[in-house]
Amino acid sequence: MAFFLETLFGGLMAGMLYSLVALGFVLIYKASGVFNFAQGAMVLFAALAMARFSEWVPLYTGITDPIAANLIAFAGAGVVMFVVAWVIESVVLRHLVNQEGTTLLMATLGIAYFLEGLGQTLFGSDIYKIDIGMPKDPVMILESAFEGGILINKEDFYAALIAAALVVLLSIFFQKTSTGRALRAVADDHQAAQSIGIPLNRIWVIVWCVAGVVALVAGMIWGSKLGVQFSLTTIALRALPVVILGGLTSVPGAIVGGLIIGVGEKLSEVFLGPYVGGGIEIWFAYVLALGFLLIRPQGLFGEKIIDRV
Amino acid sequence: MSKKIGDVILDVKNISLSFGGVKALTDISFNVREHEVRAIIGPNGAGKSSMLNCINGVYKPQQGSITFRGKTFGHMDSHQVAVMGIGRTFQNLALFKGMSVIDNIMTGRNLKIKSNLLMQALRIGPAQREEEFHREKVEHIIDFLEIQAFRKTPVGQLPYGLQKRVDLGRALAMEPQVLLLDEPMAGMNVEEKQDMCRFVLDVNQEFGTTVVLIEHDMGVVMDISDRVVVLDYGKKIGDGTPDEVRNNEEVISAYLGTSH
Repeated sequence: MAFFLETLFGGLMAGMLYSLVALGFVLIYKASGVFNFAQGAMVLFAALAMARFSEWVPLYTGITDPIAANLIAFAGAGVVMFVVAWVIESVVLRHLVNQEGTTLLMATLGIAYFLEGLGQTLFGSDIYKIDIGMPKDPVMILESAFEGGILINKEDFYAALIAAALVVLLSIFFQKTSTGRALRAVADDHQAAQSIGIPLNRIWVIVWCVAGVVALVAGMIWGSKLGVQFSLTTIALRALPVVILGGLTSVPGAIVGGLIIGVGEKLSEVFLGPYVGGGIEIWFAYVLALGFLLIRPQGLFGEKIIDRV
Repeated sequence: MSKKIGDVILDVKNISLSFGGVKALTDISFNVREHEVRAIIGPNGAGKSSMLNCINGVYKPQQGSITFRGKTFGHMDSHQVAVMGIGRTFQNLALFKGMSVIDNIMTGRNLKIKSNLLMQALRIGPAQREEEFHREKVEHIIDFLEIQAFRKTPVGQLPYGLQKRVDLGRALAMEPQVLLLDEPMAGMNVEEKQDMCRFVLDVNQEFGTTVVLIEHDMGVVMDISDRVVVLDYGKKIGDGTPDEVRNNEEVISAYLGTSH
């Protein structure tokens, strides 16, 4: 039982990170109908910026206090992501309004490769580390309930806290502010939103900025866990099954989907793995997503697509 | 209750609009006076909605000009139109389906909200008071449209007739000077039509809002409008009071067909 719970927690922590990446997809898709293939590249780009800034800040400004240096680096990386978002929207997407979905998808694919290249040109292509001072030592909990207790990685725990805080902030933003209301309005109906004076272009820039910040937080946590390296961009592919599972248009769906996939991966690997020789973790999410596509193509929380014939 | 019809507030001159080879509108001119109810009628495909979309800035006409309160434009910009005080409703409902009735109507106040994002998120004093002020305005509209019972319901779950009212409510929340209504009675039963007529007249008389409305139900239009423009195949074939239009030969033949 203790081992099962331990695996479960491990899965939830991993799932939280999938949720963050998936959230980036959902935000942009909801507001502009663009499936942003570049979300993974944005995570890499943000993480690279964060890693290098946290190196450069003590080097060039003389600020050696790690907390202050990290905060400055985070703010700097945030500004970089805002600029990236603004450029993507005003240079590429604004001119492709009302184009076919495939056109937009191809455009974001192009953006993805461009960002990957640009990120490595600007920030270098080595493996960097982000040290935001998260404790790495594992702790035992529930020792009274189980023999030997449950081993939990403190770092995972804090990462999950940060991710949860971000989700809470986002929901306050969406539910309680007029800009959030405008964002939801644009997501539901472009034309109607325009008719009451909501400027579409500005809203789209804001959405991309928010997605950029989400990418930054995701990149920071992954980077702190595993180091910043090129392979970060492939986590976008890991988040694809999450959005299929949760529904492309649902924020709660992205979160629940991420958790399900994270837990499913770990549990299947540990408990089913031995029977098939392991390696389940790699394909489990995709098979689950495939199953969902057959049974419930709109995902757990997505809007059902009804077409009048 | 008698209302005073004022000067020309919206003046449409020689508007022509085509999509590729299809001429949607040819050389249309008409004006709208302040506080009046102005109808645009015509058979299906006459170009009524195209006309509205030109005024609203959704379509950009190739020729002609539109003058609103003394300012002349070659074509309108849809954001600018909202800022200047022209609101609209949609023929095929274009509501924010996932949002509640209150939130839908609140979006209509968006242009008027001045406090910044951070203050709103933290619910700091002035932002909170502003939110309450706008909420109160929205509650007035909800009372006016008699949809109090549904204020928290997601709009997608409401019956069609009520959704049409929410659509009107959202436009009213902008406190527009000119309200463009695209077939407000389409698809309604008799009772719903009567309700909608009452709301349109009340808006016009109580708030003094100028109303430009599109309909193809002649009966409704003749009862509530002060002046009527008639379009057919993208051309203007009549313009005047309901009585003048009713007796116009060309209008009669467009609607009933002629015997040759």
